[in-house]
Amino acid sequence: MTLVGTETNPLRVAIIGSGPAAFYAADELLKQKDFAIEIDMFDRLPTPFGLVRGGVAPDHQKIKSVTKVYDGIASHPRFRFYGNVEYGQHIKLIDLKEHYHQILFATGAQTDRRMGIPGEDLDGSHPATEFVAWYNGHPDYRDRIFDLSHERVAVVGVGNVAIDVARILCLTPKELAETDMADYAIEALSHSQVKEVHLLGRRGPAQAAFTNPEIKEVGELEDADAITLSNEVQLDELSLAELASLNDRSLNKKVEIIQSYAQPRSVSKARKLYIRFLVSPVEMIGSDQGKVCALKLVHNVLYKTEAGTLSPKAIDQFEQLNVGLVFRSVGYRGVPLPEVPFNDRYGVIMNDKGRVIEVESKQPVIGEYASGWIKRGPSGVIGTNKPDSVETVTHMLEDLKSGSILQPAQPEVASMQELVKQRQPKFFSYPDWKKLDELEVAKGQPLGRPRVKFTSVEEMIAALGK
Amino acid sequence: MNIGNILATKGSRVITVHPEQSLKEAIALLTQHKIGALVVVDAQNKPIGILSERDVIHAADRNGDTVFKQTVKDNMTTHVISATPHDDLQAVLKTMTEKRFRHMPVLDEGKLAGIVSIGDVVKAQLDEYRGAIDTLQSQL
Repeated sequence: MTLVGTETNPLRVAIIGSGPAAFYAADELLKQKDFAIEIDMFDRLPTPFGLVRGGVAPDHQKIKSVTKVYDGIASHPRFRFYGNVEYGQHIKLIDLKEHYHQILFATGAQTDRRMGIPGEDLDGSHPATEFVAWYNGHPDYRDRIFDLSHERVAVVGVGNVAIDVARILCLTPKELAETDMADYAIEALSHSQVKEVHLLGRRGPAQAAFTNPEIKEVGELEDADAITLSNEVQLDELSLAELASLNDRSLNKKVEIIQSYAQPRSVSKARKLYIRFLVSPVEMIGSDQGKVCALKLVHNVLYKTEAGTLSPKAIDQFEQLNVGLVFRSVGYRGVPLPEVPFNDRYGVIMNDKGRVIEVESKQPVIGEYASGWIKRGPSGVIGTNKPDSVETVTHMLEDLKSGSILQPAQPEVASMQELVKQRQPKFFSYPDWKKLDELEVAKGQPLGRPRVKFTSVEEMIAALGK
Repeated sequence: MNIGNILATKGSRVITVHPEQSLKEAIALLTQHKIGALVVVDAQNKPIGILSERDVIHAADRNGDTVFKQTVKDNMTTHVISATPHDDLQAVLKTMTEKRFRHMPVLDEGKLAGIVSIGDVVKAQLDEYRGAIDTLQSQL
């Protein structure tokens, strides 16, 4: 038998998913000098890039520019993209084992974590992740309806998704028109009646997860004032001590910006964005029609855990916040994939540093790997997936060297291509995506927008005359 | 990033030892699994201490040649600081550095759910910094 990983017998790797973790893994594999490696990347959508296209806020185009790096990776002659091909639907595990030596799952975290409070499922309470997918034109979410006729909205959480959602709700039609947000979302948000957005954090200003540019940005919106409450942004003893011992300039600056929003000043803009701290929703209160009409909040103080984290502890002080719409943004969560061991506690694939392992025995499953959010859970920024994917690839290469890989019966490019054509004749190659990309950008140009997105798979198929 | 993100990629595996076991057995476990500490659990699998390489060295110094016959119970650290999956990475790193220990058992709703070493925490922190730098560079 010829060695696997040579020019005549390349290592064939299937990557499921096409977000940052998928591309960084592909890059690391294709960079190998000692081995010839071929990548086939699959996505259930016709378009690649995962949350860079469907998650990063449409008014943050600079962050989306990372796709140029991914374009470079995709231009490698041993890289192929199969979009509109879903794992578990068109292609099953058995098919992959028939055609590849290694399979890498990089499917991200596709759902939201639950808050676990009464009333969470009332009408008008939505996962923030669905709202994000909706305004970003994700085909699965384009038909969602968010009732923007309410004047008061709550966003639960102070991470980057929460602050994105709060900011988007505060944009003017002019600000919206400069983005690549889905057309239907621009239309809906332009007619929004929202006057007040309440962002709710469990902990204090020194523990907020959003970044300095994000918190600064909400203070510079065209027609919305950012407001914090002075009693909530005065640091407690524990936070003060922590700040003093960390002596972290950027954290000090963050606290300073947050506190500046509590200064008395003229707040005359049409919308108000309240950033609240040390409050946790304990219940969503519904109207007789089963619609959310208020949140019951409990106030918190901070205490230090044994391990040193400043955590929130409820005190006996409650408040009712009347709102007609709630976005829950307490984190993304991975969904199980067919036939892949799942760790329900953390919402990830069962893995040991990227090697998929059996649930009970904890023994590695030969040929299967994970990287990105489906490996470690949702954390960090886009680039955090790079070291994460490099770690997984290191183990993939170790296993290649030790011969612990799958033995596919048909490791040829053509045979997989044939199978994909059979199962999903309307698959999208990378050149197909590039054509879609050009069409989107061209549509945006006369409008001064980065692009006008196709938001349904049918539209995309029609655009390419497939 | 929190401790849960670290445990998520470790398959929640914890190597435990019972207090009556000998140091010889404990050393074998440390070597076999290439780890630096064992969580000591009672019959109900409740953590009651931790036995680190450092504890073993101290035991050897105290007992000389009879060290292998010593029990885990007599040489473990009983004052153990534990984390939960919700603990912040940075806080744990600070606590480990200040209090000078290298392993922390993780309890999830009171049950032993894993163990993190200072190596795990430093790596996660480093990856976070690397990721942030890479993200910024790609926007230049």
